[in-house]
Amino acid sequence: MSLYSLQKFLYELNRDEAVQKQCRDDMDALLEKFDLTDEEQTALRDGDIGLLYVLGVNGQILMHFAAFLGIEWFDYLELMRQGIRQHGPVRAGVYAMTGGGDSFTEEDSR
Amino acid sequence: MSLVYAGVLSHAPGITGRADLVKNTARRDEFYGKLDQQRREIEATGAEALIVMAAEHFANFFMNNMPAFCIGFGEKYSGPIEDPDWLGIPKTDVPGAPDLGRRLTREIMQTVDVAYAEEWKFDHGIMVPLHFLTPKYDMPIIPVNINCQGPPLTPLHRAWAFGEAIRRACDSVPEKIALVGTGGISHWPATPDSGKINEAWDRDFLDRLMRNDKQALLDYTDEETYRDGGQGGFEIRTYIATAAAAAGQGELQFYTPELPIFAVGCTVARFSLE
Ligand SMILES: [Fe+2]
Repeated sequence: MSLYSLQKFLYELNRDEAVQKQCRDDMDALLEKFDLTDEEQTALRDGDIGLLYVLGVNGQILMHFAAFLGIEWFDYLELMRQGIRQHGPVRAGVYAMTGGGDSFTEEDSR
Repeated sequence: MSLVYAGVLSHAPGITGRADLVKNTARRDEFYGKLDQQRREIEATGAEALIVMAAEHFANFFMNNMPAFCIGFGEKYSGPIEDPDWLGIPKTDVPGAPDLGRRLTREIMQTVDVAYAEEWKFDHGIMVPLHFLTPKYDMPIIPVNINCQGPPLTPLHRAWAFGEAIRRACDSVPEKIALVGTGGISHWPATPDSGKINEAWDRDFLDRLMRNDKQALLDYTDEETYRDGGQGGFEIRTYIATAAAAAGQGELQFYTPELPIFAVGCTVARFSLE
């Protein structure tokens, strides 16, 4: 259980352009600085929004990471829903899905 | 009296970042018009600095050292930390007011323990308000944060005490100071439920806020807020502290739940200062 480290990694990444550059140039070296499980490392490497969401990454931290990855808004929401379908409910924190997975946004045309 | 303005407004990133996705463009433009009116009202007071009381989203503070309250003393700030295209706001520098911030903090600390920071990166929580209220980024800003994100959260009654201390401090300096609190009422941002809004809960909260009814405003537990207002509802702290600073009645200038793409009930209000 290293949700703290997982979120710390994303916190540093989200706020610091130098870390963002390192993330693009040498992700492995960056990951080594944090105490992460293999599952967490893989999720970060793959930009696996659904799994990161289920693992309990704070929604604000995850939203900024999704923006960094250039994921479009409705795709980002759908990736979180897919994460829940695949891995089950959010395991920690206060950003759990409370609805049934339907969209609350009339602009969402999917 | 050197607090010359107190008001509140929403700050959700969609307000600028997803403007082009909005279906109800008439309501959107009405909202933008009210935000511009708020800008004009602040300018008309002759305010020399703007305190932005925000609920930041892990741009500066993390669970290694999370302050209940923090005040910024930076010479200047930069933002947004988010991808500028995603937020719809270009990266920019914002002037600070370090000397004024120090003097205010000295007075605030007589009754409330606060942290301070000479560095501060702005996220959407401050950049969205500034985009509308100081679009030239030429007003000296004093950022203030209340912990609404990393539980255990700042208790509501402490947010109230903090607002009162801000008022006392503002009134102890010669400068004219404007204050805006920026948060959400009910919302479930950054979840698959983004766009969900509890309008009844929002309107009840706004009624308490506009009456500036301290007892009613402090009568929420975090469990109730989470159930009825979502984790975004924790940001009522900034509105409550602003009401405490103003001490007068509020006037709700705009509220709509009809822009779910912005992921929050969009709000603009001002208070009379008493
Ligand atoms: Fe927020």
